Parts: sequence; structure tokens; C-alpha cells
Amino acid sequence: MNDFQDLYQEIVMDHNRRPRNFGKLEDATSFANGFNPLCGDEINVYVKLVDDEIADIAFNGDSCAISKSSASMLTDGVKGKKISDAIQIFESFREMITRKPGEDFSSDILGDLEILSGVSQFPARIKCATLPWHTFHTALTENDQSVSTE
Amino acid sequence: MINIDQIRNDFPILSRKINGHELVYLDNAATTHKPRSVINSLVDFYENHNSNVHRGVHTLSMEATDKFEEAREKISSFINSQTSQSIIWTRNASESLNIISYSWGNKNIGEGDEILLSPMEHHSNLIPWQELARMKGAKIKFLSLNIDGTLDLSNIDELITQKTKLVSIVHVSNALGTINPVKELCEKAHQVGALFVLDGAQSVPHMSVDVQDIGCDFFVFSGHKMMGPTGIGVLYGKMEILEEMDPVFTGGEMVLEVTYEKASWADIPMKFEAGTPNIADSIALGTAVDYLQNIGMENIHDYEKSITSYALKKFNTLESEGVTLFGPKSSDQKGAVFSFHIPNIHPHDLGTILDGMGIAVRTGHHCAMPLIKSLGVSATARASFYVYNTMKEVDTLIDGIKSAIRYFGDGSN
Repeated sequence: MNDFQDLYQEIVMDHNRRPRNFGKLEDATSFANGFNPLCGDEINVYVKLVDDEIADIAFNGDSCAISKSSASMLTDGVKGKKISDAIQIFESFREMITRKPGEDFSSDILGDLEILSGVSQFPARIKCATLPWHTFHTALTENDQSVSTE
Repeated sequence: MINIDQIRNDFPILSRKINGHELVYLDNAATTHKPRSVINSLVDFYENHNSNVHRGVHTLSMEATDKFEEAREKISSFINSQTSQSIIWTRNASESLNIISYSWGNKNIGEGDEILLSPMEHHSNLIPWQELARMKGAKIKFLSLNIDGTLDLSNIDELITQKTKLVSIVHVSNALGTINPVKELCEKAHQVGALFVLDGAQSVPHMSVDVQDIGCDFFVFSGHKMMGPTGIGVLYGKMEILEEMDPVFTGGEMVLEVTYEKASWADIPMKFEAGTPNIADSIALGTAVDYLQNIGMENIHDYEKSITSYALKKFNTLESEGVTLFGPKSSDQKGAVFSFHIPNIHPHDLGTILDGMGIAVRTGHHCAMPLIKSLGVSATARASFYVYNTMKEVDTLIDGIKSAIRYFGDGSN
């Protein structure tokens, strides 16, 4: 059953109202643009890399609450982390979001992001949650590219 | 007068519960539900009459052919076509428009010719012409839009000129609900010798349409938006134009005589219907027409107009909450289609929240990306009604929107 309050929990709503690290990063060393043609969601992710560490990160764009809060938590979660650790969080997040009903997932390194685990029960919204992550991943691996969910 | 309770009883799906709530289905511009008679028609065909049509001398084939052609007759009289030969079965309105573009367009559109469209066309009445124009070096022009979502015809004489070869317009907008002045546009097109194509996907399910009165050269629509099955649509064309057109698809059913070297075409409409047609769905679409005519298209239109007036009034009360409703604000100019935007709530979030309450709306760009972009938003939520919807469902929608606004505003429910 779709109980929307499972999806829009207080922490999600808080990140939607007051997104962290929202804006453009002027001294970014990596950038990517993400687009979901199904709903028109668009997100830009700016990353400042110092050696193999994410020294700073920001995002902006026009997107739904799930996408925006996912991006906000992403930036909180990976700031100051090594690239390899950030990619591990990405893999772990993706596993959580795309798991089948009843399947378990490892939440060890997810922190607050675990709050988005309910998204897996809303198949139509999974791409909203993963868009910022794919965009972030693209910024790290193929700087200055566009990524689409389709 | 129509009895809504009685009508609702004819639609089995309307008794479904969605997420613990009664279904409030407001996505009728995307597709409509089917009355029991239409569903039974499919079952009856496969259980009792299933056979291929035409050419057969056995009983079942003759029965199937009779029912298939009878359905064509029903469609023909439903839109007041001169003859049922003008009714060509297709999969949907999109396929019908593509046939016009590939067949008529390929033969008659050349370099420098102009095609006139409105800015509120569904992608299905935009992209086939873009492709045609690209291949032929033709040019597409667009009418202007007034701020209220109606067409601005003040510069029509500058836009429809001797260069114009085709005008293709949506009858009722799927995104704004705007009812367009198609008779006037058709006259303007004919004055310069251009053809007039009318996309009736959102009009023919909701109002009585007379193709002879409008004077359109082509009229297209989809069965599933008028209580019929998916996968069956109609292309109406004037006989003299269809006569001059070449088939897009060739093969079985559409030929008169075939040698190893060449073939000659069957008469219209079969010339355009290669292969075994969608027999069961055509027949069931005929049953849908029976159902609609039994209620009466005037009755349906009047009832939906009262829903539109009521919903417009209710949406008015949401203005103070910042809700923007797009499209005309009068039930004379607007079908029961409501595209709206709420500040700080993305349409996708609203769609999910409303679904949690059993309310089905569509969110996104409604296959009209350039139009939605011109409204200054990336997407809208759209509630679209049909004759089985009630005034109470308007209230349920408005209450749902209000609680979403409260939830997104301060977190209380």
C-alpha cells in the first residue's frame, strides 16, 4: 500500500525545504548535468576535488522533493570523503533503492540516506532518487557530461 | 438528464480500492475506463464469432466480417461521415496522423511549402509534420497563444497564405482543455486551398462531432479515449482525397490483383488496411459508440460542462494558496481538463501523494513539451474528467491538493 508518509518523512521534507549545499560551486573541478525526460527533473552537480578527496560539493536545478532531498543528503554524505569511499556509498545507496520487496540491504555506510529506503516501494519514483547519484558519478568519472535517466 | 450512479455501475474498475481508498480516476485524457458492454463485446467475439474477415465463405468468417463492417458503419454515423468508406481503421490517432503525413504529405508537400500548427499540439500532431518538413524542405509555422490558453487568431491572415498547404489543429487540447474554433480555422485553410486536419482525440469522446459540418479533410481519433479498447483508432478522410493517396503499408487484404511483378490496390478503405485488421477491438469500439450514443453526446457534453464550471470555481478557491490553473477559465472554451501548478510542490510529488489517497492524476509534460515549457514550468499535474466522474470527486481532488499543500508547507497533515 502506498502510504505517502513512508516516502515523505520529516527528514526528507526538511532536506526538500532547506536543501544543503544548494547552489553553484564556482571553483568546481568536476561537473555534470542530469536530466529525467519523463518528468523534466534537472540537476547540476559541482564537485571540487583535491587529490582524491571531495573537498567540496554543491548542486542546483529544478526537481521533485525526492530528487532534491536525495541530492541534499548525497552532498552531506560524501563531502570530505575519498572518491573511492563516495563510490562505495553510491553502490550501497543504489542497492538499497533498487532492491526487491523483502530483500535486505547493508546500511552501514549510508547514515541519513537510509531514510530514503522507502523509495524502493514506489517504482515510479526510483529514478527521482537515483538521478543525483548518477549525475554525481558522471561528474567523477566523465567530467562535464550530461546524463539522462532514459 | 443522466443517471451517474447507473453509469458508474457499468464500469467494473470504478469499484476498485486504491491504497485503501475509493478510486477517484481523473486521468481520462490519457485513457478512459471501459463499460462492461465493451469488455463483454471482446469476450463475445472471441468466444462466439472469432474468425478472419473478408474472403471467407464459412459462417464464422461471414459473421466476423458483418460485425467488423457494422462497427465501421457505427463510427461513420457517429461522426456523420458521408460514407463508411471514409473510415479507415488504425491503431490510434498517432498512426492516423502519420499515415496522412507519409501518404498525403509525401506526395503533396514540397520545398518552401508551409504547414500551420497550433502551439498546443500533442507530440503526435507535431513530430510527423516536423519529419515531413525536414524531408521536403517545407516550413512549419505556429499560431499564437493568448495568455488564457486560447488561440490568438488576430494574425491568422498573415499565417495562412498561398504557401500554406496544410493546417493541422487539435480540437480540444489534452494539456489545457482549450476547445478550438475549428470551423473558422477550417474555412480559413480552405480559402487558400490548404487541407485541414483535425485531431479529435480529446473531442470525440466528449461532444458530438460532425465532420461534414466542420468541413475538415481529415479527422483522427483513438478508441481507448472514448471507452473503447486500446490499439484501435480511426482515420477519417474525404473520399476524393483518399482516392488520390497511396497506401503506406502494403500486403494482404489491401490488394485487388497481384502478379509476381506488380499489384493493384483494393478500394478505399481496404487500400489503407494491409494485413489482418484488429477485428475484435474494432467491433468493441462500435460497442463503445453504442454506449456513448445511448447516454447521448449532448448529455455527456452538458454534464461535463457542469463539472468544468464547478471545478473552475473550486480551483478559484486555491488561488490564494498560490495554485496556478492553466488554460481558459470558462466552461464554454474549455473541456474538463485541468492542468495546474503548485509552488514548492513538484507535480511528481503531488501525483504520489494524491495516489496515496486513491486519486489518479497525470503529472509531467503531457506529450506537449514545448507548450509546458512556454508556461514557464517544467511539468504540471493534470486532472481530466469523464462522464462517470462526480462533483464529489472534484471536492476530493481539491481536498487532496489542500492537504498536500499543508503537508509540504509546514509538515502537518
